[in-house]
Amino acid sequence: MNSLTCSNCVQPWVVQTFCAIIFFIGLTGVLVRRNIVVILMCLELMLNAVNLSFVAYSHQQADMGGQMAVFFIIVVAAAESAVGLGLLIAMFRTLRTVDTDEIRLLKE
Amino acid sequence: MDISPFGFYVFAGLAIACSLMVVFKTNPVANAFSLVLVFTAFAGIYANLGAHLVAALQILVYAGAIMVLFIFVIMLLNADEPSFDLKRSHPVMKIFVVGFCSFLLGLFIWAQHRSGTQAPKPGLFTVQAIETAGGNSKVLSQLMFSKYILPFELTSILLLAGIVGAVAIAKRNLGPKKEKS
Repeated sequence: MNSLTCSNCVQPWVVQTFCAIIFFIGLTGVLVRRNIVVILMCLELMLNAVNLSFVAYSHQQADMGGQMAVFFIIVVAAAESAVGLGLLIAMFRTLRTVDTDEIRLLKE
Repeated sequence: MDISPFGFYVFAGLAIACSLMVVFKTNPVANAFSLVLVFTAFAGIYANLGAHLVAALQILVYAGAIMVLFIFVIMLLNADEPSFDLKRSHPVMKIFVVGFCSFLLGLFIWAQHRSGTQAPKPGLFTVQAIETAGGNSKVLSQLMFSKYILPFELTSILLLAGIVGAVAIAKRNLGPKKEKS
């Protein structure tokens, strides 16, 4: 089956392009925003984009290793967001803000 | 790929619109609820691609557990007032960041488009093979407990370390108690 000439299906590079768009929206958010809650949300966006890329390649190559990798990435993301939000609470307790521009204890 | 284009494009458009809202909305609660929509759209795409277990995990873990954590932290910190941090950063910096990300995106699309013409060597788990073996969840679970048993067990250690670390970081006074004078 030639995947480049099918009319009623989505081509693989379209799915990968969609993943890349979501990934770079997340990267833009991490670089542009200053609210640390939103920065963590954008990190989750980037992880999700990589997950979808794995699943698309798993479907394309008929190999289950990609979906297994997605399972482990979901576990790591859950642990990461738990620890990250714990760090956020510790930061809020010290600085009374969620703004990353206010983290300048070394400067003062 | 033999997935329905209608479902894919609907979910993809929803995901892109909502992820732009995650980045550019000022209210953290609005960001969080846009993120829930992004996760749900991703679960739809997973189900469309035949990854049913991953779709269920996406709803349970991401749209359930992780989003509850985010909402809980937003409510706990009283951080739900709008933050205008986007207006504060330098416009040259914003243009540079957006241009840099667009450049990387274009590079990725170009590379993907160039390399997509080569026919891949298919593996063992085609759609028909998964159907005859009893469905996506069964095949994935059997792999998880046979070929990938060591990483699967290691995730339990990771989760335990994550729990202990989160409690140790977020707890107020974990050090030795101060003596009363």
